Amino acid sequence: MSLSDLTQEEFQRYSRHLMLPEVGVEGQKKLKSSSVLIVGAGGLGSPLAMYLSAAGVGRIGIVDFDRVDYSNLQRQLLHDTSDVGQLKLESARRRIFGINPNVKVECHETRLTSQNAYEILKHYDVIADGTDNFPTRYLVNDACVLLKKPNVYGSIFRFEGQVSLFYAGKGPCYRCLYPEPPPPGLVPSCAEGGVLGVLPGIIGTLQANETIKLLLGIGEPLIGRLILFDALKMEFRELRLRKDPQCIICCDQPKMTQLIDYEAFCGIQKKETSGGESEMEITPVELKKRLDNGEEIFILDVREPHEYQIVHIGGHLIPLKELPHRISELDPNREIVCHCHHGGRSARAVAFLKEQGFKRVRNLTGGIHEWAEKIDSSLPKY
Amino acid sequence: MSVKVLIPTPLRNYTEQKGEVVVEGHTVGEVLIQLTSLHPSLKPHLYAENGRLRSFVNIYVNDEDIRHLLKEETALSEKDILSIVPAIAGGCHVSF
Repeated sequence: MSLSDLTQEEFQRYSRHLMLPEVGVEGQKKLKSSSVLIVGAGGLGSPLAMYLSAAGVGRIGIVDFDRVDYSNLQRQLLHDTSDVGQLKLESARRRIFGINPNVKVECHETRLTSQNAYEILKHYDVIADGTDNFPTRYLVNDACVLLKKPNVYGSIFRFEGQVSLFYAGKGPCYRCLYPEPPPPGLVPSCAEGGVLGVLPGIIGTLQANETIKLLLGIGEPLIGRLILFDALKMEFRELRLRKDPQCIICCDQPKMTQLIDYEAFCGIQKKETSGGESEMEITPVELKKRLDNGEEIFILDVREPHEYQIVHIGGHLIPLKELPHRISELDPNREIVCHCHHGGRSARAVAFLKEQGFKRVRNLTGGIHEWAEKIDSSLPKY
Repeated sequence: MSVKVLIPTPLRNYTEQKGEVVVEGHTVGEVLIQLTSLHPSLKPHLYAENGRLRSFVNIYVNDEDIRHLLKEETALSEKDILSIVPAIAGGCHVSF
């Protein structure tokens, strides 16, 4: 019996596949001898891992380094409530084994980087991108182009999702769609913007569908097409994607032939490791100490009103986008500490206020989340 | 001539939460200028400081990317629908 032959148990398990002429025993053996790498065991990675393992993909690799948090459970069905605090890879491995113990699971407990991407990706037939940030998206794209691997792409924001199949040998790549990423801060992240819990379920399931079609070689792959999904309208739209003849990485004479520093490419400055204060920042511990000393510090909260309702530390609320026309509410001579949820929006607020001539304004590092973790554990985290 | 423009979720904060805006114009460029004059806070999200459309925001006329047509010069007809499709990274973490 060869490695891809099916056992009695597998004949039963996959019987609804075997009855499809498009799959059949040959197709099921193909799935069994194939391999998929899922980048990210989060919202998109959950349905991907679950459906691909149920379908009988023989070997599934997962790249992740994060631990399960309560705020993941609303959409990341790989992880249970009892998994909170554990590595996502461990709960993913357990869930996949529960669904289909025939699947070989390979856990890569690391951040995907320019240094390790080739070594990890090269062992898989298909790469499924379930990441949550621009640097990793460009890294996955570029590594797939250079290794000539198909990249099953899915992305989500609030109520909206995008799906495509980037396969540079046969069609466009992600850079043909978006040559450059937005500068940090211009596009809100999901942590700021929120995301409907079902949405990654839908988009990740579409990615799983494209992955399985690709492995089986059936149907019409999503190459050269971008699907947009709007959960509120319940509408799918299809846009045409074309290969960019000047694409920096996938055209005939590419200017780019190796991986780069993707954080720098996406304009993200590396955090200083000292963790100390700068002219722009103050830590929750330092702020607490100074408030306890009775120092008069004005706290400015730049989150949205619905976030303020969840939790606040008594700051004066001006949502970031209202700041320009409500600046008169602030005294430029007072010492101001600005905060948001995690520190991203408030960093923009600080930069804006400095431009407007405010001298004594600083950003609370880690936002109200870190305040709740380090100073007041009675506050809800969200 | 009025043309329908579809606004994606990430940019609806700048169009009073409207998902569709109908504006006047005969070319893509005219429509976008009209759109950003109706909703000025949208402008920095579509155009860079040098006045060019940003490279992480794509504009489609029906299902075709204007970069493969005549870009902002692309002529429009009555039933055309303009879509703004920005890059989204999608997930769960603050990417700062």
